[in-house]
Amino acid sequence: MLQLTGISKTFFPGTVNERRALVDIDLHLKERDFVTVIGSNGAGKSTLLNIVSGSIRADQGTVAIGGRDVTKLTDFQCASYIGRVFQNPSAGTAPHMTIKENLAVAQQRGRRRGLRLAVTKARREQFKQELATLEQGLENRLDDWVGLLSGGQRQSLSLLMATFTHPQILLLDEHTAALDPQRAALVTRLTAELVERHHLTTLMVTHNMEQALTMGNRLIMMHQGKIIMDVAGEEKAAMKVPDLLAAFENIRGAELSDRTLLA
Amino acid sequence: MITAVELGLLYALMALGVYLTFRILEFADLTVDGGFTTGAAVAGVSIVNGVDPLVASGAAFVAGLGAGTITGLLHTKANIDGLLAGILTQIALYSINLRIMGKPNISLLREDTLFSGLRASGHLGGSSYVGIGILSLVALAFLALIIWFLHTDLGLAMRATGDNSEMIRSFGVSTDAQKILGLALSNGLVALSGSLVAQYQGFADSTMGIGMIVAGLASVIIGQAIFGRLTVFRAAFAVVVGSVLYRVVIFLALKAGLNPNDTKIISAVLVVLALVLPQMGFFKRIPARFRPRNGAQTAATGGTVDDPVAPSESDAEPAAAPKEQ
Repeated sequence: MLQLTGISKTFFPGTVNERRALVDIDLHLKERDFVTVIGSNGAGKSTLLNIVSGSIRADQGTVAIGGRDVTKLTDFQCASYIGRVFQNPSAGTAPHMTIKENLAVAQQRGRRRGLRLAVTKARREQFKQELATLEQGLENRLDDWVGLLSGGQRQSLSLLMATFTHPQILLLDEHTAALDPQRAALVTRLTAELVERHHLTTLMVTHNMEQALTMGNRLIMMHQGKIIMDVAGEEKAAMKVPDLLAAFENIRGAELSDRTLLA
Repeated sequence: MITAVELGLLYALMALGVYLTFRILEFADLTVDGGFTTGAAVAGVSIVNGVDPLVASGAAFVAGLGAGTITGLLHTKANIDGLLAGILTQIALYSINLRIMGKPNISLLREDTLFSGLRASGHLGGSSYVGIGILSLVALAFLALIIWFLHTDLGLAMRATGDNSEMIRSFGVSTDAQKILGLALSNGLVALSGSLVAQYQGFADSTMGIGMIVAGLASVIIGQAIFGRLTVFRAAFAVVVGSVLYRVVIFLALKAGLNPNDTKIISAVLVVLALVLPQMGFFKRIPARFRPRNGAQTAATGGTVDDPVAPSESDAEPAAAPKEQ
C-alpha cells in the first residue's frame, strides 16, 4: 500500500548546518498495516512523515501509494490519498468555521469542490452519526465554531475528519502528545477504533513507548535517519517497554564506543 | 442624503469585494484602488462606443477578474509579499486605465447608462426613494450571491484557506488557487462597483479609485464593529450596511462644513476609530445576542479550555474566538 524506496533527505546540504535526516530508507507497508514509529529527537521520524505526505520532497528515492508513484506530488495533491492528524490540536481544523463546515470540507477530500451547497440535510444526518461515534456529545453541536472546542475535542474531530473518507494512508504525527493524559488516552482509543472500522493503513509517530507497543501490528525504531529496528506480529507483541529502552541504550552505547575509539 | 445612500449601495459591491479578501482570505489587497478605476474606464469607453450598458458593466467585471488574477499570480507564483503585489498591480493599472480611456476622464452624461432611465424620470439622486429601493435590491442580490457562494464546497475551501491553510492543504485544496480565485472575484466586484459609480455620476475619471481601499476597509470595519461578524451572513450583511453608513458619515461631515478634499482624512480617521474603539473598555461589552449560540462557553484563543466557562454578563471579551468571518 505504501512503498518507500531508497529515500534520502539532507537538510542544508553543503553548509555547516548540514543534517542528514534520512539515509536510504526502505519501508513497505502492506494494506491494513498499522506501523508505530519511535526514535529520539532528530531521528528523522517527522521528516519521514512529511515526505510521505508530500510536504517536503526527498533528495533521492521514490514514494508510491497504492502502486501510484507520488514522489513528485505536492502536499495538497497527495492529500487525495492521505489522511493526516498533526501534533497541534489547532492544526487539523478551521477554528472560525462550524463543526459541520469542517466536516464538509473534510468530506470533499480529493473530490472536485464546486458550487453545490456544502452542508445539505443528508450530510447533516451523516455528520451526526459520525460524530456520535466520538461519544463526546459533538453530534449536538454541529453549528458551533470549532474554536470553541477543547484541545481533546478538536483532536478527536481532526481524527474523524482525517479518517471518515477512507484515505489509503493515515499519518499520525504524535497526535496525542499535546493532550493531557486523560484526553490522550481517549484519542488513543478513538484512533484504534477508527483505524479498525475504516480498515486503514496507518503510520504513527509517537514518543510514548507504551503506546508504540500496544498499538498497531508493527514497530520501527529510527536513529540518525535510519531504521534500526523493525519488529512485527508476535515478536512485537512480546516486547515490553524495558526491551525498547535497552535497545535505545544499545545505540547510545555503540555511539559512545565509536567515539572513544576514534578519540 | 439620498444621494449618499444610493452611492453607499453602489459602493457596497466594492466593499463586499474587500470583505472577500480582507476577512475571508486575510489578505489586504491594494489592487482595489486601480481596479475600481479600471471598471469605470472599461464601462465608460464601452458605453461611449455604443455598447449596451449592461454588457459594458459585465466587461468591467471581467476586467476586474483579470486585475485580481494578476495580483494573485504575483503573490502566489512569484512569491511577492501580498501588500507589494497589490501595490504593483495598482500602479500598473493606473497607466493601463489611462490607456483604456485615452484621456484622464470620460463624460457619460449624454450616454445611455444603466441609470439614465431612472435619472430621467427623477427617481435617482434627490427627491424620490425609488432609486434607493432599486439599488437596495441590487446590493442585496449581490449580498445573497456572496453568502451563498461562501456556503458552497468551493466557498468553504476559500474560507478555510484564510482560516487554516495547513489544514485545508491536508484536505487536497491548493491554497494558491483559492487565493487567486478569491482575489479575482473580489476585484471583479470592485470593478463592477466602479463601473456602476461611473454610470451613476455620469463620468469616469482616472483618479476616482484613489483611496478606495480605505473606503472599502472602512465599510467592512465600521459595519462589522456595529453588527458583529459571528456568521458569514451577519458579517457580509454588516459590510453592505457599513458601506451606506460610511457614505452617510462622509456626507454629514461635508454638510458640517468640511471641504471635499478632506474626505480622505475623514476616511482614515474613521478606520482608525473603528479599529481602536472596540479595544477600549467601554466598548468591550458585547450585547448578549452577538455572542455565539449555545453560548455559555467562551474559548481561550487557542480553544484549549476543556470545560465550558460561563462568562460573566459584563465582560465577554471581544476577542472571543468565533468572531471572525
